[in-house]
Order: sequence, then structure tokens, then C-alpha cells
Amino acid sequence: MSATESKRTVLLVDDDIDFLEQMKIRLKQNGFTVLTAECEIDAKAVLEETRPDLAIIDLMMDEVDSGFTLAHHIKKLDKKIPVIMVTGVTSETGLMFDASAGQSWIKADALLAKPVRFEQLQGEIERLLGGNE
Amino acid sequence: MSSPRVIRVLVADDEKGMRLGVSRSLRDVVIDVEHFTGEFHVEVIEAEDGDAAWSIISEDTPDIILLDHQMPGITGMELLARLNEQKVDALAIMITAYASLDMAVKATKQGAFDFLAKPFTPGELRTAIEKATRHLVLGREARRLAQEKRQLRFQFLSVLAHELKAPLGAVEGYLQLLSDGTAAADPETVQQMIDRSLLRVEGMRKLIYDLLDLTRIESGQKTRELVEVDLRELALLSIETMQPDADKRRINIALEAGDDILYYTDRSEMEIILNNLISNAVKYNRDGGSVRVTIGLSNDIIDIAVADTGIGMSEQDQKRLFGEFVRIKNSKTRKILGSGLGLSIMKRLTGVNEGKVSVISTEGEGSTFSVKLPYHANRNTGDNEV
Repeated sequence: MSATESKRTVLLVDDDIDFLEQMKIRLKQNGFTVLTAECEIDAKAVLEETRPDLAIIDLMMDEVDSGFTLAHHIKKLDKKIPVIMVTGVTSETGLMFDASAGQSWIKADALLAKPVRFEQLQGEIERLLGGNE
Repeated sequence: MSSPRVIRVLVADDEKGMRLGVSRSLRDVVIDVEHFTGEFHVEVIEAEDGDAAWSIISEDTPDIILLDHQMPGITGMELLARLNEQKVDALAIMITAYASLDMAVKATKQGAFDFLAKPFTPGELRTAIEKATRHLVLGREARRLAQEKRQLRFQFLSVLAHELKAPLGAVEGYLQLLSDGTAAADPETVQQMIDRSLLRVEGMRKLIYDLLDLTRIESGQKTRELVEVDLRELALLSIETMQPDADKRRINIALEAGDDILYYTDRSEMEIILNNLISNAVKYNRDGGSVRVTIGLSNDIIDIAVADTGIGMSEQDQKRLFGEFVRIKNSKTRKILGSGLGLSIMKRLTGVNEGKVSVISTEGEGSTFSVKLPYHANRNTGDNEV
């Protein structure tokens, strides 16, 4: 990334402060500007000020469906902002959310199960932001 | 379950008189079933032969099927076999031409619930329908409860897995960052990562201990040893355990307890209850706050109350507080470690002692948890399993 190019901004929302911290470090290392929020309300406050280029949000926060409602909120603000949903709920409940399988009520462009490997997350980010490279 | 419900009775008989008679006898019949509020109303559907009966059954299964033994087309016996084969959720009552033991045995073998011998009175018919309704309704309810129990178990395990994976993931994440080296170059960051990891490991251990407590209580594996316990002494021990954490945050813990309040109980149960109450009051307090523990006895009720000057909680949160894995999540509680099982355990143990636990709380001002135990209720009962 050249100095003239502006850094891209990622909004990272999770109530697990350790996950937040770790992902923040990784994303910064990869040249992103990172904004964090620990809950839906804080995330909405951040969105009042800034429009991120991409959002990574946890599904279960204050409410079990915080991630879903937040994703809806983001897509309503600007449907071009890609949303990556991460959750630890999927595998053990057998509930697999699949953004591609016609579950259009989930306003996410990708769903990742926790623990999230950073390489995997990186792959999704590149795929979703790739076009504007 | 208070709205009237319908029990659909299909009568399959080629004799029109019989069908009319059944319809007339069961009209306006209302059945009460034990343990159920509300009544069951009977609705009769008629079929003139076995084939017609089968198409009704396949389309919209009735609850009870009155089957004539001899019908043109598919006979009653064949229909019975088919019901059995397809595991249709309905009870069959065979109508036989005369009381024949042979017939009854055969029908029962094929899965008939009951049989009626012609001629039967309207009263006999109603009795048979009432009996079948009770059997059906209670059976369905038992199945529903069993299913609900499995569902709850599954939910519990799902949440448990989630709660165990979260700290594991956090620790793993830090280890990977430390392993990379580049991400955490300065010693201060490294130390922070180690501290956070240790904290998450501690939280996980606490969860496992709490889970073992809960499992022991639930399974009845824990033998209760009932002895006289000095509640004041036990509370002091509990306060001593929490004192270092309280001191760090300048929280003052005060105890007001009458001398010699001896309570006949299992010591470890009381320890868990007091530890939970007092550690919560410290954990959810504000820095520089206070905790007031009072133990009193009046009117044969022991009242243990622990009041804090902490963050408090909304009325809505108070209502769901005692459930498993319920942790009140908001900006104030986010950094407080907890398994989400402590209060659930406390509630069960209080129940074992025939007592009650309650909470009064005001957001931003504090909470008072109160455990009320009947003083004499559990005396002289000897050792028993939980």
C-alpha cells in the first residue's frame, strides 16, 4: 500500500475483549485502520461518525441476535459495506448459517465459525474488498 | 391449555344406524382429563367402509378410531394392521358383533386399545371414549415433556460448549500472537497478553468447578451430612476468602450476625451459598463500595441478606437472573468474570434446604440478595440424599 492511498477501515464488533484485541492487532499489522465496539449500541455510535469499508461482527452479544440486527442496520446505512459475521454458536448446535443458501434474512456476506483463523478471515476480506484494490 | 380442545372420533361402520347412533351418543360429550385444565370436546366423523376410513385417516388423522370388525372392502382387522404398521398416532377401538374372547385377543395383538361388543349402550360407548381420550392425552403429554427435557439438555450442552470454547479460543489467540513474535514486540504487551490468558484460564477452571457442583446436586450423588453449622463462623470464613479481592478495590465488608445461630444443614452447601452471595457482592460492586452481610433469626426463619453498593440491575434482568448461563451483559459487567452458573447453583441448594432466594435491586445503586431458610424444617430428618 502506497503512502498516498488511504488505509481501509474495518469495524470490529465483539463482546469478547480478547478476540477484539487479537483481531485488532492482526488487522493493524495488515494495514487496516481498526475501529472497535463491544456491543450493538457502541457499534451504532461508531457508525454515526464513520462509514467503515468492512464490518466484522459477532453474532451473540448483549442479545442472542445482536449480530443479526446490527448487520441489518449496517446494510440499511449502506448496502455496499461488506459484513462478515463470526460466531462460536454454529458447530456445536448443528445450526449452520449459510449466507449463500438463500438465507437472505441474514444480512451477512460471509459467516465464519469461531475460533477464526486469521488467514481464513484475511481470505474473506480480500474476496469482499478485492474488487476495489 | 385452557381453550377447549377437540378429540376427533372416526366411526368406520357399514351400518348407517350404528354410525348415527355413535354420532348421537357422542354429541355434546365433554371429557375432563386429570392434570389438564380445560375440557375436551368430541367431534365425530363417519366412514361407511374401510377404504373411506383409510382415506380419512391418511388425510387428517383422527384421535380415536371406532372400527367395525366386519366391513366391505378393507376389514377392521386389516385396517388395524395398517394403523400399526404406519405408526398412526391414534387409538383404535374394535366393534365386534358379539363378545368373543378370541376376537378381543386378536384385536389387542394387532394393537387395538379397546373393544366394544354389540349391542352396547351409549353409556358404555362414552366410557370407552373417555378412557381412550385420557390414555391418548396423557401419553402425548408425557412424550411432549420428554422431548422438552431432551431439548433443554441439548441447549444446556450447546451453551456449555460455547462457554468452554470462548476462553480456549482467547488463550489460543494470544499464544499464536506471542508465537509470531512480531505482533507483540514490547515486553509490556507481552505481559498483558499473558495476564489476560491466565485470567481466562482461571475463568474456565471456575466454570468447570461450578459445573461439577451443579452435576453433583442434580444427580443426587452428593450425600448430605447434616450437622449444626454456626452461620456466623461460616460467613466470617467466606468473608476472609474474599477479603484480598475486596481490599484491592477498597471495598469494605461488614458482618452483622446474632451469636449462636446454629443451623442444621450440610456444611458444604452453606459454604457454597455464602461464598456465592459474598463473592458476587464484591465482584459486582464499585471500587470503594461496601458489602453488608446480615444474618438474623426471627419467627423460625433464618434470613441471610447480602447488600452491595454495586451496579444493580433492571427489573427485567432480575427476573431471569437465576437461570443457567444467564449473565447480565452490559458495559458494566463485561469485564467481570463469571461462569453463569453460580446463582443457579445457589438457588438449587437453597431449595434443597427448603428455603428461598430472592433479589431486590436498583440500577446504579446496588442489589440485596436474600436467602430465607426455615429454621426447624430440616431438623431431625437424618441423613438423606439430595
